[in-house]
Amino acid sequence: MNTLTISGSPHVHGDDSVKKIMYGVVYALIPAILVSVYFFGLGAVRVLLVSSIACMFFEWIIQKYIIKGPPTINDGSALVAGVLLAFNVPANMPSWILIIGAFVTIAIAKMSFGGLGKNPFNPALVGRIFLLISFPVQMTSWPKPSALFAGDALTDTVTGPTPLGLLKEELGKGRTVPEIMQEMPGYVNELLGNQGGCIGEVSAAALILGALYMLIRRIITWHTPVAYLGTVFVFTGILYFMDPLQYVNPLFHLVTGGLMLGVFFMATDMVTTPVSRRGMWIFGAGAGILTVIIRIWGGYPEGVAFAILIMNAFTPLINRGFKPKRFGEKVADA
Amino acid sequence: MNDVLIFSVISLSAIGIVAAIVLYGVAQKFKVIEDPRIDEVEDALPAANCGGCGFAGCRNFAEALVDSATQHENIDDFFCPVGGTDTMNAVAEILGLSVEEKDPQIAVVRCNGSRQNAPQKIVYDGPATCAFAHNLFAGESGCPYGCLGLGDCVAACDFDAIHMNAETGLPEVNDKCVACGACVKACPRDIIELRPKGKKDRRIFVSCINEEKGGPARKNCKVACIGCGKCVKVCPFDAITLENNLAYIDPEKCKLCRKCVPVCPTDAIHEVNFPPRKPKPEKKEDGEKRGQPAQKKEAAEKQEAGKKNEAGKKNEAGKKNEAGESDKTNNE
Amino acid sequence: MGGVHPPENKISAGQKIIALDPPEQALILLNQNLGAPSKPLVKKGDEVKAGQLIARGEAFISSNIHSSVSGKVLKIDSVMDASGYKRPAVIIQVKGDEWEESIDRSKGVVKQISLSQKEIIEKIKENGIVGLGGATFPSHVKLMVPEGKKAEVLLVNGVECEPYLTSDHQLMLSKGEELLVGTSVLMKGLGVDKAYIGIENNKPDAIGHLSELCRQYKGIQVVPLKVKYPQGGEKQLIKAITNREVPSGKLPVEVGAVVNNVGTVFAVYEAVQKNKPLFERVVTVTGKSVKKPSNFLARIGTPVSMLIDQAGGLPENAGKIISGGPMMGKALLSVDTPVVKGTSGILIIDEAHARRVPLMPCIRCGRCVDVCPMGLEPILLAQLSEHEMWDKAEDQKIMDCIECGSCHYTCPAGRPLLDYVRLGKNKVGQRIRNRGK
Repeated sequence: MNTLTISGSPHVHGDDSVKKIMYGVVYALIPAILVSVYFFGLGAVRVLLVSSIACMFFEWIIQKYIIKGPPTINDGSALVAGVLLAFNVPANMPSWILIIGAFVTIAIAKMSFGGLGKNPFNPALVGRIFLLISFPVQMTSWPKPSALFAGDALTDTVTGPTPLGLLKEELGKGRTVPEIMQEMPGYVNELLGNQGGCIGEVSAAALILGALYMLIRRIITWHTPVAYLGTVFVFTGILYFMDPLQYVNPLFHLVTGGLMLGVFFMATDMVTTPVSRRGMWIFGAGAGILTVIIRIWGGYPEGVAFAILIMNAFTPLINRGFKPKRFGEKVADA
Repeated sequence: MNDVLIFSVISLSAIGIVAAIVLYGVAQKFKVIEDPRIDEVEDALPAANCGGCGFAGCRNFAEALVDSATQHENIDDFFCPVGGTDTMNAVAEILGLSVEEKDPQIAVVRCNGSRQNAPQKIVYDGPATCAFAHNLFAGESGCPYGCLGLGDCVAACDFDAIHMNAETGLPEVNDKCVACGACVKACPRDIIELRPKGKKDRRIFVSCINEEKGGPARKNCKVACIGCGKCVKVCPFDAITLENNLAYIDPEKCKLCRKCVPVCPTDAIHEVNFPPRKPKPEKKEDGEKRGQPAQKKEAAEKQEAGKKNEAGKKNEAGKKNEAGESDKTNNE
Repeated sequence: MGGVHPPENKISAGQKIIALDPPEQALILLNQNLGAPSKPLVKKGDEVKAGQLIARGEAFISSNIHSSVSGKVLKIDSVMDASGYKRPAVIIQVKGDEWEESIDRSKGVVKQISLSQKEIIEKIKENGIVGLGGATFPSHVKLMVPEGKKAEVLLVNGVECEPYLTSDHQLMLSKGEELLVGTSVLMKGLGVDKAYIGIENNKPDAIGHLSELCRQYKGIQVVPLKVKYPQGGEKQLIKAITNREVPSGKLPVEVGAVVNNVGTVFAVYEAVQKNKPLFERVVTVTGKSVKKPSNFLARIGTPVSMLIDQAGGLPENAGKIISGGPMMGKALLSVDTPVVKGTSGILIIDEAHARRVPLMPCIRCGRCVDVCPMGLEPILLAQLSEHEMWDKAEDQKIMDCIECGSCHYTCPAGRPLLDYVRLGKNKVGQRIRNRGK
C-alpha cells in the first residue's frame, strides 16, 4: 500500500489556477493584438515583442538572482504585464525606451514589492505613466493608423493626435465641440480602431470581444466594468446635456482613448483592485469619476491610467471599509 | 520686496511662538510623572523585547520591576532570562536591592523521534505550522506526543538559537539560547522545556514525553520512554519520578551522576556535554551493536516486565553508553 | 449567497443499502458526539448484548452509547481515533448477534405515535441519538428549546450536498415511510405543526418518492432545492427554505427553525417507535478506484478496514482515505479506525489526486470572498490567523465560518485558506472560552 496523505479538508480542488487565469487574460488580448497589427503593422509587432520579452526577462532575472525564489516566469503574469505595457505605447516607440519601461513595470512596480500578488499598483500602468512623464514627446507622437504593412511606421512616421488630444487642444483654442467633431474619424472607425492612439487601446470592439471571453471564463466579474463605464457615461452625459457646445457626446468618451482597455484589463486586475463586490462598485465608480475629471478639466487629454492608479491606492481602504454582506448580518423579517 | 520679507518673517515667527506656547501648555497639562529609575532599569536590560520575562517588552518589565521595588522592596519574583543573573544584579543595584542567584537555563527539546528512530508512516500535506498539524492529526510517525517537525519553535525564536536539522527533522538548540521561553510557548505539544544549563553545561534529561504504554509507544518510535522504571530504581538521589508511563528527571535533585543513562533500555535518557565514558571491557560487542540493538532492547523490555533480574544490568550499562554519546549531538 | 459546484461523483447512487454482519471485534469510542465523552458502565469480562447501554452521557451536551454487538467486553482501553490520537474505547469480542429483548425487530412500520412530547425527548436521549449529518450534536438537546425561544418549523435535511456521498439518498429511497413517521415524531417532540424536507434537485427519485408518500402525513412538505454546495449546511438550509438568516453566533432556533438530517430522523423513528438505540448507521464506501462502491448499514465500532474489504478491498493506488465527504471529511491515518456515529462515508482518493495543487501567491482575485456562504473574507481571515492577530480575526467574524471548504476549493492559487481559518477558529474559540472563566 502507498503512504497515505493527511491534510485538512477540503480534499478536492476546483480546476482553476493562477496560470490558467493569466493565460486566459493573454487569450483575451489576442483580438486587440490582431487589430493593432492590422492598423500599425510591423511597428506594433516590434513593440509587442520587445515589451513582452523584456518584461519576462526582468521577471526571470530578478526572481533568480535577487529574490532567489522558485522561477515564476511560467505563471504568465509577466507576459500579461508585457503585452499590456505594449498596448499602452504608440507603435513608433523606440525599443530602448520600451526596455526602460519594462524595467520600471517589472522591477519597480512588481518585483520590488515581492512579486506576483503583492504589488499595490498595476505594473503596466506604472510603466505607462513613467514613460509618459519621462518621455512625453515619444509617448504622444501617435502614428496614424495605416493598413497592414502599407507604410513602415518605424521610419516613415506620419503622426497625428488622438481624438481626445485633438478635442482638448481645439477646445483650448475656443472652438466648439460640433466644429471639432467634423475632423474626428467618426464613431464606427473609433469603435473598430481606426484612430490615433496607443497600439492596444484603439479598437474598443476588439477589447470588448476579449472582455466577453474573460466574462464567460469567469476571469473577471461584470461589476467593475459596469460601474466604471456607467459612471463615465452618466457623468459625461450630464455635462453633455448641460452644454453640448463645450462637452462632447458621452458615446465619444466610451470609444476613444484608453477607456475600454483600462476598464476591462486594468480596472479588473485582481491584484490591485478590491476583493468584494461592494468594493468593486466603489472602485469602478471612483475610477469613472476621476477619468472624466482628468479628461475634461485636467492637464492631460487622457485620464484612465491616472484614475486607475489613484483608485489602486485606495484599494486597501476600500477592502477595509466595504465588507461583503455577512450571513445573518441583519435578521430577515420574512 | 522688503515688505514681503518682513511680513513673512514676522508672521512665521508669530506662528512659531503661538505654537510653542500651545505645546508647552499641553505638555504641562498632560505631563506624566514617571520614576526616573524606570529609564535607568530599562537601560540595564538587554533590550531584546523577547517577552521571556512574562512582560510585553523590556520597558514593561522595567516598570514592573520599579513598581515592585517601591511597593514590596524586593524583585525576587522577576527574572530576565536573556540577561541572566548579571543583568538582575545590575537592576538590583539601581534599585538598591539584592537578588538571589538563579541558575541560567536553556531550552531542551524532549523528543528524539528523528526520521530514523520514528519512521514516517503518513505524508502531511498542508501549511507548515505545528499548531495546525497538531489539531489535525497525530504526526507523520504516528506518535501523538512527538515533534511534528514543522518548526513553530524556530519561527518563534528571536535569538537564532533553534534550528531544524534537515536530516533528523528535529529542532536543535544552540548556545545562543537565552531561555526566553518563546519556543516553549510556541510548541503545541509542550515538547520543549526550560532546564538549568547545569554545571559545565552538563545536563541529563529524558528525551521523550510519550505517556503511552510501552508497546504502543515503541511501535511508533524506537527511542520512546516506555515507563519501565529502571532509571527510577537506579537513581540514588530520588530525582526521577515515573508518572503516566513516563519518567521525568527533576533537574533540582539531579546530581548528574549518569547512572540512569546506561540503564535505559530505549536510550530515551540523554546526557549532554559529558566526557566520553571509559570503554568497559566488552569491546568486542562494538561491531554487532549497530546491527542488533533492537533485539537487545526488546530483551531488556521483557526482563523489565518481570520486574526482576538484576544480572543483565551491568551488561546493559556497558553497551548503552556509547549509543548515548552518539545521540547527544542530535539533541543539543 | 456564495457556494461552489464541485463535481458530484455520486458513484454509489444506485446501490441499495446492504446490512453488514457484525465485525469480529467492535471498537466503540467513548466520545462519539460533540461535547463531553460518556462514562463507561461496563467492565472487562462483562457480557453485553446489542443495544445494551454501555456508557452514559452525564454532561448536558453528551449522549448515551450502546453496544452495537453481542459478546464479551475484552477491555476498556485507548484506541486510535480518526486523527491518530488515542481515545478511550470499549473493545468487545463479538459472539453471535443477540439483541436486547426490548427492541422491536418486526419488519412493519409503526405509524401510531403513542408517546407524549416529554417521553419522546426522553426516548431520544435514552437511545443516544446524535446528529448523523456529521456534526454529531446530541439530538435531545436540539429538541429542548431554550426558554424564551419558540420553534416554529422542523427542517429535515436530505440535501446531501457533499460530492460522492449517497447514504442519505438511499435512506430516503428505501425508508421513506419510516422517515415520514420519524418526522412526525420529531414534530410532536418539538411541538410544531410544519415540517419541510429539503432535497437537492439532483435526486429527483427521492423527491418524487417522498412527495408521493407525504400526502398522507399532515404538515410535511418536500422542498426541491437548487444544487449547490454547501446547500446542506444548517444555516444555508434554513435560508433556502424559510428565507431567514440565523444571526451570527446564534442557534437556528433563534429564527424558529430546528434542522435534522434524514439519517437522524430515521434513527429517531427507530428509537421512539421501535425502541432501538442508535448502534448502526448507513455508511457510503466509495471512490473512483473502489471496485464495488456501496452503501452499507454498518454497526458502530466496525473497523473501517472491514467496510473497505466489503467494497472490494483497498485499491492499489489509494492515496488518501477520508471519513466523510471530500469537502468536509477527515483524512484517516489508518484503516483500523472504527466507524463512529458521525461516519457518513468512507471515500478513497487515488494517489494522483491525494496531494494538493501547487501553492501560488495569492492574487487577491476575491473568489474566496465570492463563494463564502457566510459572507466572510477567507483570505483576510487566513492572513490574520497566519500572523496570529486573533482579536482582529474575531472582529471579522472568524467564528461564523462553517468550515465548508468552498474557499480552498475555489482558490486558483491553492492557498490553504481553510486550514488557517480553522487554526484561527481554534485559537479564537479558546480565547473566548477563557474570557468566560
